[in-house]
Amino acid sequence: MFSSFMTNAWLSGTIIALLAGSVGFFVVLRGSAFAAHAIPNGAFAGAAGANLIGVNPLVGLVVFALGAAFGISALSRRTRSDVATALALVMMLALGAAFLATSNAYEPAVNALLFGEILGVSSSELLPVALLAVVCVLGLSTLYRPLLLSSISPELAVAKGVNVRVIDVAFLVVVALSSALAVPVVGALLTFSLMVGPPAAARIVTSRPLRALALSVVFSVITLWEAVASSYWTNLPIGFFVGTMSAGVYLVARGWSLAQSRRPRGALA
Amino acid sequence: MVRFLFEPGLFSNDTVRTALLLGALVSIVSGVVGVFTVLRGQSFAGHALTDVATAGGAGASLAALSPLVGFIGGGVIGAGAMDAIGVQRVKDRDVATGVVLGAATGLSALFLYLITLQTTTTGSTQSILFGSVFTVAPSTVPDVLVLSAVVLAGVTLIRRPLLMSSISPELAAARGVRLRVVGLIFMVMLAAAVGLSAIVIGSILSTALLIGPPASALRVASRLSHALVLACALGVAATWLGVVFAYDSYYWLGSGRGLPVSFFVVADVAAEFVVVSLVAWRRRQRTTALPESLTVPEQVGWV
Repeated sequence: MFSSFMTNAWLSGTIIALLAGSVGFFVVLRGSAFAAHAIPNGAFAGAAGANLIGVNPLVGLVVFALGAAFGISALSRRTRSDVATALALVMMLALGAAFLATSNAYEPAVNALLFGEILGVSSSELLPVALLAVVCVLGLSTLYRPLLLSSISPELAVAKGVNVRVIDVAFLVVVALSSALAVPVVGALLTFSLMVGPPAAARIVTSRPLRALALSVVFSVITLWEAVASSYWTNLPIGFFVGTMSAGVYLVARGWSLAQSRRPRGALA
Repeated sequence: MVRFLFEPGLFSNDTVRTALLLGALVSIVSGVVGVFTVLRGQSFAGHALTDVATAGGAGASLAALSPLVGFIGGGVIGAGAMDAIGVQRVKDRDVATGVVLGAATGLSALFLYLITLQTTTTGSTQSILFGSVFTVAPSTVPDVLVLSAVVLAGVTLIRRPLLMSSISPELAAARGVRLRVVGLIFMVMLAAAVGLSAIVIGSILSTALLIGPPASALRVASRLSHALVLACALGVAATWLGVVFAYDSYYWLGSGRGLPVSFFVVADVAAEFVVVSLVAWRRRQRTTALPESLTVPEQVGWV
């Protein structure tokens, strides 16, 4: 399991989980799960398109994920944001389906793109992936305060002079870049679950922002490590483990908080 | 032009005729349910239930059950799970929907992988995920008709409390509407509707027809009945044009294969949205000068 060809899987998986855990904390706080689900599907279309015209897939992933993010924020100004997200999502998926129909895509490759592949990042891609991840983390730490404020209380953020619209777009860009990195490993359909389940579990366990952020990263790394190991042992797609484990972590946290609230008050002191 | 649009044999082709008929039926059900979905701000749930239904369909195919049972059963179980986690408070909805969708997609990954191990035919994953109107078995037509009628009847029965609770939950609660019950009934109807459309036209088009035409219709309609009729008309038009274009694309490309139906239908839905938005924009320019933040949502008058 720790043989040399698996080194990439562990390294890229850990980078992706660290990133997804931190981005996901804000995804859950802002109620942007739908956008986080839609954007990786844009990345999927990008990978299919890159395959068609023979470009580096990472370029296709990044360009189309960014396209989906900008599309969602542009449409959101004209209509409700959930409707805008749904429209952008179906357009990206239809484009992806059309790219696949016109190319001679090999089916296992398509499945890997949709449901993940632990060896999805090659050693030559590891450096660009790590660099992009650093860009995302730097972006998030620059945005941290205004992002937190505008997520919790948009009115207060506006009163304090935060440009909420710019923050919105900047955040979707970070989601897009993180998705582009995660899609080859976790799969276009499962990337968002890593950004929803573990962070939502962390928010149940603690209400302090920094502690929740740290816990979210821990949960997401555990989820991904477990998924990589299980996928290695069973040969089943990693997406299955990421999806069910993410939901499992959330349910355990819900159960834990239920047990806490049932405990008599005195026991807490 | 006519020869170009309707390539030879279009209307004498049985597959195309079934596709046009079923496509229209599903567009109408999606249009009606979709108007309420958009009004209630449940587009994410509407999309998620499609993927949950698809997981059910894949599971049924593995267990050698009827696909229809899998799609509808999967969707209804998913709707129940979302309700149990908490879709009542708007803030919780997002996470509840996301968690259920993530778990279901994970199961889909497993089921589809096992299916590819079992069968030697290629393209099964893509046909289950993306769907195609050209692959519907004629034997499912009666079941689809009955289920469509059930969903339409259900929504018609609860239309008044549903509309009221969608537009103003406070007002509805004050008038004695049981929000939780109405919400749950609607989620089950939504699950059945998207399960139905996922099996007939695939999950991409299911979401496209559920959200696109109703969102367009709601931009210009001044009454609920107008919105419903317009949403259905736009949906049917997009589906029919999409099927015709997809059929024709076999001839246009000249390579013995065409582009998927879903691509053309989504393109039609998007074009309709752009045109309707332009109409709405022109109309607003002529009538009000109030900034949008000061205007009361038009739909309040519908209650």
